[in-house]
Amino acid sequence: MSLGVNFREYKIGARMFGLALGGSMCITLFLPSFDFRSAVSTDMALDKQLSAGWETGWNIYDPLMLGKNKPLKVLVKADPKTGQALAQPVWAYVYNQGTPSPNGVDHPDNLGGPVETLSKTKGRIGEAKNGAPTVYLISHEGTVPYIEDATATMGWTPEMVLSKAQDSDIEHDGEGKTLFVREGCWWCHTLLPEETQDWQVFGAPPMLGDFNGESPTAFGSDRKAPDLLHVGSRNSSREWMMLHFFNPRLVQPHSIMPRFDYLWGEKDASGNTIDYAKWRQDYDDYHAGKRDYPPEVPVPAKDSEARALIDWVLSLK
Amino acid sequence: MLKYLFAKNEDIPAGSAAIYFGFSAIVWFVIGTGLGSFNAAKLAFPDFVTGSEYFAFGHMRQVHVHAVIFGWISMAFAMAMMYITPALGNTRLWSEKLGIWNAFLWNVGLSLGLFLLWAGLTSGREYSDFIWPIDLYIAAFIALPLAVNVWMTIVTRRTQGIYTTNWFFAAGTFMVIIVFLTGNLPEWFHLTGLTEAYLTWWFAHNVLGLWITPVAAAIAYYTIPKVTGNPLYSHRIGHLHFWSVVVFYSTPAAHHLMSAPLPEWLKSFASVEGVLILVPAIAFVSNLLLTMQGKWNMFVENLEVRFTITGVLMAIPLNMQGGFQQTRAINWYIHGTGWIVAHAHLALLGFSTFLEAAAVYLGLQSLMKRKLYSLALGNMHFWMLLIGFSIYWISMTIAGLIQGAGKIYEVPYIDVVIAEHPYMIARWIGGTLVFMSNVIWLYNMWMTARAGTVVPAGRMPHELAYER
Repeated sequence: MSLGVNFREYKIGARMFGLALGGSMCITLFLPSFDFRSAVSTDMALDKQLSAGWETGWNIYDPLMLGKNKPLKVLVKADPKTGQALAQPVWAYVYNQGTPSPNGVDHPDNLGGPVETLSKTKGRIGEAKNGAPTVYLISHEGTVPYIEDATATMGWTPEMVLSKAQDSDIEHDGEGKTLFVREGCWWCHTLLPEETQDWQVFGAPPMLGDFNGESPTAFGSDRKAPDLLHVGSRNSSREWMMLHFFNPRLVQPHSIMPRFDYLWGEKDASGNTIDYAKWRQDYDDYHAGKRDYPPEVPVPAKDSEARALIDWVLSLK
Repeated sequence: MLKYLFAKNEDIPAGSAAIYFGFSAIVWFVIGTGLGSFNAAKLAFPDFVTGSEYFAFGHMRQVHVHAVIFGWISMAFAMAMMYITPALGNTRLWSEKLGIWNAFLWNVGLSLGLFLLWAGLTSGREYSDFIWPIDLYIAAFIALPLAVNVWMTIVTRRTQGIYTTNWFFAAGTFMVIIVFLTGNLPEWFHLTGLTEAYLTWWFAHNVLGLWITPVAAAIAYYTIPKVTGNPLYSHRIGHLHFWSVVVFYSTPAAHHLMSAPLPEWLKSFASVEGVLILVPAIAFVSNLLLTMQGKWNMFVENLEVRFTITGVLMAIPLNMQGGFQQTRAINWYIHGTGWIVAHAHLALLGFSTFLEAAAVYLGLQSLMKRKLYSLALGNMHFWMLLIGFSIYWISMTIAGLIQGAGKIYEVPYIDVVIAEHPYMIARWIGGTLVFMSNVIWLYNMWMTARAGTVVPAGRMPHELAYER
């Protein structure tokens, strides 16, 4: 190596550089980590992480991001084991065989404070095995929410819960959130009402513990369309969502949202093949004033991607 | 170029890696801006190319962003490093062969990563959108070989001191690796929640602050003294620039999430540090403009100087925006609006692109020993790029202010969309001009290689008169 390396100024400079960059990383990464660690999961965080599952971005368990090994959120009206009616319906989060555990079960310390303690003791989440069929609930002690492994505490299994449920009681939220990420919805729709305004239209901004265990958070940064964090509270019409996803201009003539008709797949809910070319031609005719009404929008099939995405959007309360 | 992949290092002509990087960068620039123009058309006319998953806006937007950042900007940086670092050390590039492999693997990995993004396979994290196997590839085969080549060229230099440009190159290649590995921690170790969100923006901030901004500036520190013949105005102001970048630009990441529930102390700290980026900005701009003393005629007559100084001048509005728009007083109004999109394009397409374009023009002519084929086409490139960018920037800034007003008065969102429509059309026209200017540049550079006048040994390209 040449003489330049031993130049005294550069030795001092290299150390100062390490100090500057290290100090900066200490302040911007190490110190905030204490704040993040102290965040205690809220009800919202538990619902989001249990309904979306371990990961809704790219991961090795879902390499094509089809969203097929994700949890299902199911409305349970009667105890699926004993058949006794429940005092009030509860949401169960059904993890079939092969669905990776949610983050709070995988790493309970992410839940934070009393939520972690209660989930371990009363919720018995330590007994859940990653990828094994499990049913989770969100239970409360006082106002503190915790994750309950209903398979351990009450013997509920995914088969029991799913066999008693009607299709309209099942939300494909994990698949829906995966599609939200894959289809790039978050390039325009933020999931972050701002703290300084947005209260009236888009609803309350999220709080510190509202994201524990969620990945990716997909806040979005470039809002070209309404914020969706509480969209299900503003608009709970499945029919409106269906029309809007198929062709947004059917319900909002000035919308610049792309058509997501391709998420319907080949067949509609009645098993008929969807003739996209004809639909588009009819729509163009309608647009040109040659038809009085736009063509009928097909109802998405139960296992279509459109259904999953609509399920998830409506779940954003 | 591919024939050199398996040649002996000493048999590869000096400058080959830089030429390979240079042409790759221009091609990615054409692709990236073409995608940008296409995406802008979809925002203006949503039923333009409809009904296919692969031409949906949500599948194309991130491909545009990563084609220009990883393809155009970063490969132009690599190009500049491959020829400027040895030139300033009075030596050869440490390994021409490593440079050729670096450029080859860069093109292969980037093509693969963009293809996967296009298909929708993404981490869902803005600016770290690539899935983690691609991130690993980028760290191992793109960032690290580049850094090693730059560091070893500086270590084996034949000068005693290290010139300003090379401090920035050495530090930039180091910092981008640290930032890239840290910023992707959520993907390596599946960190979730607010940690994931914060690290996403920690990465996005620092990759701009510690890679794109300082390396672009470093290029200007070479181009202006080299072409004008004036020595750099002040070595000490260069020091101020370097150290204030490392200290001030590495700290304000949290200001990207001013409306998120981050700790308040972190947001306040970031906001104050964010204003301090004016220190390196003013140091840089004043140093370069003062270096031009007595040579301002070259701002008109010489293409490389014109590109560079235009970029330097654009750093003024860029940093005035950047320093203040992130404070609470202003951020609440413009956060998440088109104003930010305009600002991001001022940084990458305005400031940074103009500096890199100058380096690629100068480097390719010097290394190929060919005078630029056509000044007329070069002028067309410059003016179409500048006018196209200006239309884009002005229209998006106005659109952002409209959006901000709509936001604070909580106007029904669709009324904001309607009000923005004319500016979306203007943005598309501006972006299309930028794309077309780059097609002209690619043709001009290709013809320079094929038919440019030979630059005699011992001469610099700018010493020869333009012929067309």
